[in-house]
Amino acid sequence: MTAAVQTGVAGFLVRFDAQRDRLPGDPRQRMAAADAFRRAGLPGASSGRREEAWKYTSLRPVADASFLQPVTTFAGDSRLLARLPRIAAPRIVFVDGQFSAELSALPAGVEVLRFADRGEFGTLARPDSEPLVALNTMLAEDGVSLSVPENVDAGLLLLVSVASDRAAFHPRHVIRLARGARLSLLELSVGDGSYLNNPVFEVRVGDDASLTHVRLQNEALAAFHLSTLYAEIGERGTYDSFALNLGGRVVRTEAHVRLGGAKGIAHLNGGQLLGGTQHADFTTVVKHDAPACSSRQTVKNVLGGRSQAVFQGRIEVARIAQKTDGYQMNQTLLLSPDAEIDTKPELEIFADDVKCSHGATVGELDADQLFYLRTRGIPDAEARSILVRAFLIEALDAVTDESVRGVLDRAVEGWWERQAA
Amino acid sequence: MLEIRGLSAAIEDKPILQGIDLTVPQGEVHAIMGPNGSGKSTLAYVLSGREDYAVTGGSVSFDGRDLLSMEPEERAAAGLFLAFQYPVELPGVGNANFLRTALNALRRSRGESELDAVQFLRLARAETKRLAMPEDMLRRNVNVGFSGGEKKRNEVLQMAILRPRLAILDETDSGLDIDALKIVADGVNALRGPDFSALVITHYQRLLEYIVPDRVHVLAGGRIVRSGGPELAHELEAKGYAGMVAEAA
Repeated sequence: MTAAVQTGVAGFLVRFDAQRDRLPGDPRQRMAAADAFRRAGLPGASSGRREEAWKYTSLRPVADASFLQPVTTFAGDSRLLARLPRIAAPRIVFVDGQFSAELSALPAGVEVLRFADRGEFGTLARPDSEPLVALNTMLAEDGVSLSVPENVDAGLLLLVSVASDRAAFHPRHVIRLARGARLSLLELSVGDGSYLNNPVFEVRVGDDASLTHVRLQNEALAAFHLSTLYAEIGERGTYDSFALNLGGRVVRTEAHVRLGGAKGIAHLNGGQLLGGTQHADFTTVVKHDAPACSSRQTVKNVLGGRSQAVFQGRIEVARIAQKTDGYQMNQTLLLSPDAEIDTKPELEIFADDVKCSHGATVGELDADQLFYLRTRGIPDAEARSILVRAFLIEALDAVTDESVRGVLDRAVEGWWERQAA
Repeated sequence: MLEIRGLSAAIEDKPILQGIDLTVPQGEVHAIMGPNGSGKSTLAYVLSGREDYAVTGGSVSFDGRDLLSMEPEERAAAGLFLAFQYPVELPGVGNANFLRTALNALRRSRGESELDAVQFLRLARAETKRLAMPEDMLRRNVNVGFSGGEKKRNEVLQMAILRPRLAILDETDSGLDIDALKIVADGVNALRGPDFSALVITHYQRLLEYIVPDRVHVLAGGRIVRSGGPELAHELEAKGYAGMVAEAA
């Protein structure tokens, strides 16, 4: 196989032209997405449009990177596979964006279909307004469509992405929970080298259904992880998500969640632990479109080195959405004078009987806590490390499943060990 | 063991301690009593190395070493312990882990081997039981959601496990009911011996019925205005601080 180097918007369009006849799904949707992507470009790159939604995050490094085409055949590096959690649960594994039957163990009681076979784009994603979703819709090759039938508790399922140097892939996932169904999904992304992982998720939580979605982004430090999720929550349905961002050079975790049935619940919690020159952007839009729904969001950042974090949280409350309970909090600990946080909450409220609050704190370690630890004989450096970990642990407490929490705890420990090394 | 000579200290240029002279010999328990604002807590913080206070004069020697030149953790390693008037909450830090980290830091500084989790828990459970504390206190985050009394007992638990040579108890009795007060006093009394000294700071004479001091000092206006035996505490109770301070002036 020959490897053609591609860069920037033009490179992705060339790749589309070369592959379009072989890609699954409706070609008209692909064409429309390609047009949208051509118009929008990559935000922050020279040809990209300047958009408010991308004010703090530039994809110029993505535009400047070169990826290999076609993707090298990668059987699964044993060192990478060794980093996958050893917990007893069914798993769906993708290698460089391609489903791997041999590494996967499919769950019982859940319908699992490949995007490569069906090409189902779903209906929630908006390629016309999101450049990365346009890119994904144009080039998506594989992904999974998961359906949990009515009143089935599918337990824990792992969704794993393993990537290798210079790969670029655009997974397309659809997750559906029928009425009363339950699923706990642990999404895990790891890799080696510089690559692009640009997934789009479409999530539908039916009436009385409950999805717990824990996302551990532990990509290689030179990788790009740009994820966009759309979720639609039914009556009394729950979407409970927690995203932990540890890896990646440029990262965007974007979620659009619509509470469309009464008494729905959405949790969009997260933690970002960054060092070096990492950049991670946590952007969410929660639409309260039905009465008596609640949304909760606590995102904590720990920033060292010259890292940058972005938090953009928007809550929209429609006129019909009386008795809305919305809460949003962004807390940041700056460990270095060169680290940066940009935080932008937005509330747009059209109902009159609602409870919505938001807040942001930025700070250094608490002097009283530090002194207390030191009076107990704990040296200054160790005391600081304890407090930084504690700050993040508080965020992790949102994850209640013990085995999943264990996976996150070990990943955080690994992050500290890498920093110390 | 502890020798304070002419100690003066200020916070934000406001003088608080104005020349304190005080000696606590090894194995003795001394009480410091005084009205609000007399400098009791400042003395405790200055001795344990809090940075907000500027020492403007005098010296403190601890076992012959210059205490004021040491970092807070070095003072702890030398055997000093401060039971806080307002114990600090540490969300996200488990009490057992915190205590083991502290104990092992002290053991390391003394060249002793560290305790593993099993050895530590055996010790911690025994002390928890002795102080009539619920065992789940070890599993909870440090002081988070603790009642005022539980926080004070947690200070005494730390002291019992860390085994200091000199403990400073800063109003450990405030906010305690009589049962909790007895438990705290028992915890301190259990440590008493030739290798343990304490400086018990209190506003009220009540605690001193349970922890009977060798000496009592009255602090007012940043100075020790009177010193005496345990009977001084009773005199204070009878006359009140105002009377005592007026007499001394």
